[in-house]
Formats: sequence, C-alpha cells, structure tokens
Amino acid sequence: MKYEACIGLETHVMQKTRTKMFCGCKHEYGAEPNTNVCPVCLGYPGALPVLNARAIELCCKAGLLLGCEINPHSKWDRKNYFYPDMSKNYQITQADRPLCLGGKIVTEVNGELKTFTLERIHQEENAAKNTHAASGSLIDYNRAGTALMEIVSTPCMHSADDAFAYIQALKLIMEYGGISDCDLEKGHMRSDVNVSVRPVGQEKLGAKVEIKNMNSPSFIVEAIKYEIARQIELIENGGKVVQETRGYDSDRGETFSQRTKEDAHDYRYFPEPDLLPVEISAAQIAQWKSELPELPVQRRERYVKELGLPDYDAKVLTAEKHISDFFDAACHKTKQYKLVSNYMMGKVASLATEKSISVDESQLTPETLAQVADLVGGGTISSSAANELIEILFAEGGDPKAVVEAKCMAQVNDDSALEKWAEEAIAGNAKAVADYKAGNPASINSLMGYVMKQSKGKANPPTVIAMLKKKLDA
Amino acid sequence: MAGLNTKTISELSDLLEQGKCTSVQIVNDVLAAIDAHDGKIGAYLTIDRAAALAQAEAADKARAAGKKGALLGIPLAIKDLLNVKGQPCTCSSKIIEGYVAPYDATAIAKLREAGAVFLGRVNMDEFAMGSSTESSAFKKTRNPWNTDHVPGGSSGGSAASVAADEAIAALGSDTGGSIRQPAAFCGCVGLKPTYGMISRYGLTAFASSLDQIGPITKTVRDAAILLTAMAGKDPMDSTTVDLPVPDYSKDLTDDHSLKGMQLGLPKEYFVEGMDPEVETAVRNAIEHCKKLGAKIVDISLPHSKYAIAVYYIIATAEASANLARFDGIRYGLRKDGADPIELYGKTRAAGFGPEVKRRIILGTYVLSSGYYDAYYLRAQKVRTLIHNDFRAASAHCDAILAPVTPTPAYKIGEKTSDPLKMYLDDILTTPVNLAGICGLSVPCGFSKAGLPIGLQILGDSFMEPSILKVGHAYEQTTEWHRQKPKF
Repeated sequence: MKYEACIGLETHVMQKTRTKMFCGCKHEYGAEPNTNVCPVCLGYPGALPVLNARAIELCCKAGLLLGCEINPHSKWDRKNYFYPDMSKNYQITQADRPLCLGGKIVTEVNGELKTFTLERIHQEENAAKNTHAASGSLIDYNRAGTALMEIVSTPCMHSADDAFAYIQALKLIMEYGGISDCDLEKGHMRSDVNVSVRPVGQEKLGAKVEIKNMNSPSFIVEAIKYEIARQIELIENGGKVVQETRGYDSDRGETFSQRTKEDAHDYRYFPEPDLLPVEISAAQIAQWKSELPELPVQRRERYVKELGLPDYDAKVLTAEKHISDFFDAACHKTKQYKLVSNYMMGKVASLATEKSISVDESQLTPETLAQVADLVGGGTISSSAANELIEILFAEGGDPKAVVEAKCMAQVNDDSALEKWAEEAIAGNAKAVADYKAGNPASINSLMGYVMKQSKGKANPPTVIAMLKKKLDA
Repeated sequence: MAGLNTKTISELSDLLEQGKCTSVQIVNDVLAAIDAHDGKIGAYLTIDRAAALAQAEAADKARAAGKKGALLGIPLAIKDLLNVKGQPCTCSSKIIEGYVAPYDATAIAKLREAGAVFLGRVNMDEFAMGSSTESSAFKKTRNPWNTDHVPGGSSGGSAASVAADEAIAALGSDTGGSIRQPAAFCGCVGLKPTYGMISRYGLTAFASSLDQIGPITKTVRDAAILLTAMAGKDPMDSTTVDLPVPDYSKDLTDDHSLKGMQLGLPKEYFVEGMDPEVETAVRNAIEHCKKLGAKIVDISLPHSKYAIAVYYIIATAEASANLARFDGIRYGLRKDGADPIELYGKTRAAGFGPEVKRRIILGTYVLSSGYYDAYYLRAQKVRTLIHNDFRAASAHCDAILAPVTPTPAYKIGEKTSDPLKMYLDDILTTPVNLAGICGLSVPCGFSKAGLPIGLQILGDSFMEPSILKVGHAYEQTTEWHRQKPKF
C-alpha cells in the first residue's frame, strides 16, 4: 500500500509592535526581567485590556500580503487554561471570527511551483517566559501580552520539503512585509505541526498528531520525516494512530507522546466581554493595501525586468531581506547592476560567512559598494583589485577612491608596461606557449595568470589578452 | 458644629463653600461615628484614618486657595472591590488578603481629582457574589435599622455605612442588583448607571458584561453628583461610551412636578410571593407619582421571568474566567504544591469561600464543551430578548416603576442554607443588568417591623436624567429618606 502524508502548520509570528497587545508596556527583547509590566499584563485585579491598533494593522497587512480576506467583523474570545505563564489564566484570542480568512502561499519546492492554502490568521497575546531552575521556576512577564499572530494552514502539505518551503516563504513574506523580524533565536516564529497519514486515494484524513512549539525549520523537517515514517510503520504493523500531542526530542531525532485526546484541554472559549468586536471598513482595508511593501516575488521580477539580472541572481539576492535591501540601496547609486550583483553573491557573501557577520554589520555600505562597481565599470580598477578593495572596505570601511590611490590599486593601462609583462610571460612559459600553438586556446589563461601575478592584479585583462594573442598568433 | 456625618454631600458642600465647616471637621465627625457604632454595624473592613485626615487637610487648603467642587473634602466609603492605590483590596476574600492595590481605579482617580476623601474599605459579599454580605470571608455586616437583619448585598457594607452615617456616601458595584438591593434594605438611594457610563478599570471583575460601579447615597441629588464625577469615556476601558457627561444634578430643581412624564408599570414585576407590605408601599409610591402629574401606563416585560436563570449562567461563566487570575502565583494567598496544578488547587481551595466556589463550578460547567450551546449561547439569546422588552417598553414611557426586592431585609442566617432561595431575591434587579440599562432605588416606606422598603425606577440606556428626575421628585415630596435608624 502507498501512503500520503497530510501536513498542516499553525505558525505563531510575533509582530513588530512598539508596545504590547492589550496595554502600553514596551515590547522589548532582552530587557531586565519583569520591568516592562503593568497591572494589565500582570493580570492584576481590576485591570482591563485595550487593543493595540498597530497590532491589528500588522495582522491585517500580513493577511493582505498572503491574499487573505479581511474580516470586516471580527471579535475576541477567552481561551481558559491554568499555567503560570498566563497572568490571567485565560488568553485573549480569536476563536470563530478571526481578523483574516483564507489566503495562500505560492512557492517553489524542488523546482516545482506549489500553492499552499491558508485557513485563517487570528490575533492573540503571547504568554510570559518560564525558566525552570533547580531552585524553582522563574517567570518573566516582559513577554506576557506581546502581540502574536497565528497563521493556520490547511493540511495542504504532503512532505517535509513542502513544509520547509512553506515556512521559508512565510518567513520571507513576514520579513519583507515589515510584520515581524522573524528572528528564530528570539522566538519570533514558532510552529505547531499537524501530521497525519492516509492511504493514497482515500479522501478522509487520518488521525492527526500535533507536534508542539518548534522554532527551527530543520527540526520541523526532521520531526515530520520521523512522524510520517512512524505512522506508516504503525499502520503497516496493524496498529492505529491515535490523535495526540507529541513533543520533538532533537537530540534523539524522535517525537514522543505528551498528551492524548482523552486528557486534552477543554478551553471553554467564550466571547471576551472586556473588548468590543473589531469593525474594519473597506476604506481602511484599501488604505492598508496601498501601503503594502514589495514582496520577494515582486522584487525578483523587478530585478530581472528593470535591472536586467539573470533569474538566478534575482533569486539568490532576494532570499534574505537584508541582502536584498543592501543590494537595492547600492543600485540606487550605480547603474552597474550586474557587477553589484556579482560582488554581493561572491566576495561580499564569502566575507560575511568567513567573518560570521552580516553585510549590514560590516563597514561596507551600499554607497561604497556602488562606487567599487563604478570603478570597475569605468576601467579604473580590475575585477581582482575590486575583490581586494571590497575586503578592505568590508573590514575597515573608507572611501574607495582614496583606498585605491593609497594602495596603488589602479589598473595599469600603459601599453609599454603591459607589453613587457606579456613578453616575459611568453618567454618564461614554454609549455603553455607550445600548448596554445598546438591548438589549445585555453592555455592562454595560464599566461594571463602569470601577467596578473607579475602586475599584482593591476594589468588590464582585455588588453593583455589581445596582446598575447597578437604575439602568439604572429 | 456637631453631627456633620449625618448630612448629605450637597449640604456639606454648601457649608464648606460658606466656610461654615472644614473637611477635617467632617472627617472627624465621620470617624467618631465609626468609632461609636461600627462595632455594632460592622460596615468597615479597614479604616485609613491618617490618609483620610491628610486628604481632608489637603482639601481644606485647596478650597482656601480657591478650588471649588461638590466633592472637595467629602469623605466616602469604598467597596472593597475597587482599587485605591496604597490601600488593601481584599474583595472580602482570603485569597487576596494582604494585597495592596498598586493603582487607582479610574472612578477613584476621578474622585481623587475632585478632592474626595477615602475613608477606608467597606465589607461586601466575597467577590460581590451574594445578596446579604454574609459571604464575606472576614465579618458580618448588620443592617442599621435592625441589627438582627442583613444589610443586603453585595454592597452591604457600603449601604450600611451610609445608613449609619459612618460615611457621607459610598461606592458600590452592581452586577445583578448589588447596589439597588442593599440600598433598599438600608433605606438609602442606590444608582446602577447604564453599562459603559463609568469605567470599570480598577473594579475587580465579577461578571464583566454586567458589572457597573455606582453610588449609594442619602439623596438622589448626591447620587447625581457622584455620577457626574465618575462618568465618561476611559481609554483604559474599551466598553466605556464616548458621550458628553452633563451635570446630572443640575436638572434636579425644586419643581417636583412629573407632568408630561409617562411611567410604565410592568405587570410581571409584582411577583407572586411578594411581601404584601412591599407591594403596598410600592403601589402607594406609584399613586404618589400620579399625584405629581405622571401618567401611569401598564407595560409588559415578558422575558424578565427568565432573568434569574440567564443571569446565573452569564455571570458565573464570566466569573469563572475572571477569578482564574487568583491562583497564588503573583499576589495574595499561596499554598505550595508539588506542581503548578496542585499549587492552584490548594490555593484556591483554601482561598475561596463556598459561594464563590459554587459559582466558579457552575460557570465552568456552562462553558464546558458540549454544554456551551445549551447554556451560555442560549442565555445570551434570551438576554437579547430581555433587552428588547425594555427597548419596546421605553418607546412609550420615560421610566419604569417597580419594587426593588420581593421582601424587606431578612434575618442574618435566614437564607444562607438555601442559596437558590437567596438567588430569587435578585429577580427584580437582574433584568436591568442583563439589558445594560440604568436603575435607581429610592426609599418608599417601611415595614411594620421598621425595615426600609425601596422603589425601583428604571430607565433605558443613558436615560439617567429621567430616572433621577423621577426619583428626586418622589424623594423630595416624601419623608422616607429623612428617617434615621436608631441603633
């Protein structure tokens, strides 16, 4: 029998708001514990929630970016459960009337374009942060009440690769949209993964297993793979998958049972009486639509159409927002788009990896990179000198022209000097010369290399090649 | 001048304005009355003498410097459900004994701004759940008219303190009648404003969609003064209404005519089993209103008979969530356990009294999966019908007259063994909270045993001017409110 997995994700995304969801406390990462708190987010007697308009705007904009319909009449509900990280012991969330409905994510999975459908996006509040120590449990309420969206997909994914592509695409859209920084380390994005398995051809979904609270896309991939295999094996051996909640042990690469359906929570949802329903007008939705930023897909198209970049470049450059933003900024200062692209994907990328810092954190700026491209394009420096220059600018910064001058990096275009190097190369590399004459034109490259070495990278390559050819062909 | 504690807000503000007394003198007279009588009455949980005197001194200084205002220097008793910064707020429960409010409720902040003086905290039913103040975890409050009887509830301490002249006026909260009923039992004026008129920020929540802060006073005018000071949109409470706040006391003139007013008489509100003395007193009050020029029209509020059932579903459902925050983690009582769940269980078992537990369990049940549609959802639908009844009635009357309670104040302990019987006391008050409209209780007579009886005057949402006008005209042309208990 062949089996098909059905996977749905419930992804929590922490929004980029200045203050919390229901009070005016600052939303700030890394602050001294329990300093950004007030009676409202601590659940003190008598405290009442008040909506953060910016959170509503960001949630709706996220919805618009994902092609959702904005619900003109949404409302709030209480989800009841006891836990020390919930100051009120109920969470204010949206049950049956969320802010956004439907929507989709279109993305490439292994070269194939796939559409993943969404069910809804609702707005809620985050819980506090528990730290369990030997001496007892510590609770930091700074995070309590911060704005959190839950993006719920349909069970539309069928493999770990699908889920990975979905998460990456979602993350990019959230980043580009200015909705969230999506910093996984800071817990900005966490997913609950629902996995079920059914025989191919069967319409009804199999029993669903939920794997809770995962922030690493690679762990999600591992957990899904493990879970699909576990469920198929269970069925093959005559067993039955039970609906349950499982955790993922990344050290062992296994999921494990946490809670079965029998001891599942009864959240006792009911309408939140302290908040009025949210009414959103068509005019407001139109306004938000007009303010939406460019998404990665749109940027890719623009790079190809307007900047004349190959599709490959466009894809690589837009894979991370800060890289793309840097590239965009540089392209505002030069017309040498392809050169900037080459440096971003080549030297800049390798320097960033080598030094483990992002390009924004380096001393290189979009302006100086644009100047480097102009220097190369104008023939002032060679490509290899450009790489050296970028390395200096990346580490130390400075004015590119001044660096070129100070380090004598300008390209040598003087024919007599070039001529001298070309002759030396021919004289000193008998084998390459012989190969060339025997009909292997590529061996001219080793002669060229010799010249570049002698000139310390300053020789003008096209002129040298022309000279070498002329002499050898004579 | 002795006996300043027996006067009303408006009388005292005139005296203060004319320089005939000081706020410090008023506070001293009130504190003396508390010292003399509260041993018998038991209205107060805590008295903040030093702070009250300091506030009174500050008020006197402010007045000398030219500040004015009806509440400047007037001492008030505050139900122990409202947060007053720096004062305990126990809600008469052991579960937050020792908790000191870190902030002022909005209503308190507004009164503070107006220069009112906060005497201390008065007793109540635990978390405002009850109709007799017997469910307080700390003490029994007695009815000043007869100390064998309950003062009503849940704002029993507020009503008793005003009736015993241990406060010039008091704040209470009304979820299902908790201002109007104790006011009626104690011979005071009690006003439950329209839902959304006064911010609930800082009022420890019992049932959020029903709770409303309101005054318990000696006169209708005083209630209007306090309403004016507390009403208005509050950015901290999304359910407050953004409407201009008039001076509600301004229209309460010496012309006590009710000419041109139509007053509705709901046939369903003279319920079977009603004490004949109550019915007679209320019917006499209706006749009196007729004499003042009002036209009495018969109306029907057919769905009010479901109010008790609907109320005990919605109120307990909301309470079960609202009281979940009392868990031993951040403030109040903590009983340690091996894990959080055990800690919660032990803390809540030890901290909550039987009435609160009963309601939490009921509320949890009606919200449980499988029961939600049958109870909570259905109750919400009936709630809409109750509201529609009032809407329809209000189309052809300016206010509605009814009794507040089926009987005068009963004896302490008389109903504690039968909670259902006690729930039925709220039969005439709960529809008002479910509909979100306003209601006023004014004294309209006494039983042969000398216990006060109240007349309830109901108005549609934001019709406070109407009910205050009717209440004021009735009160000022009768003598009931001038009677004082001898205890």
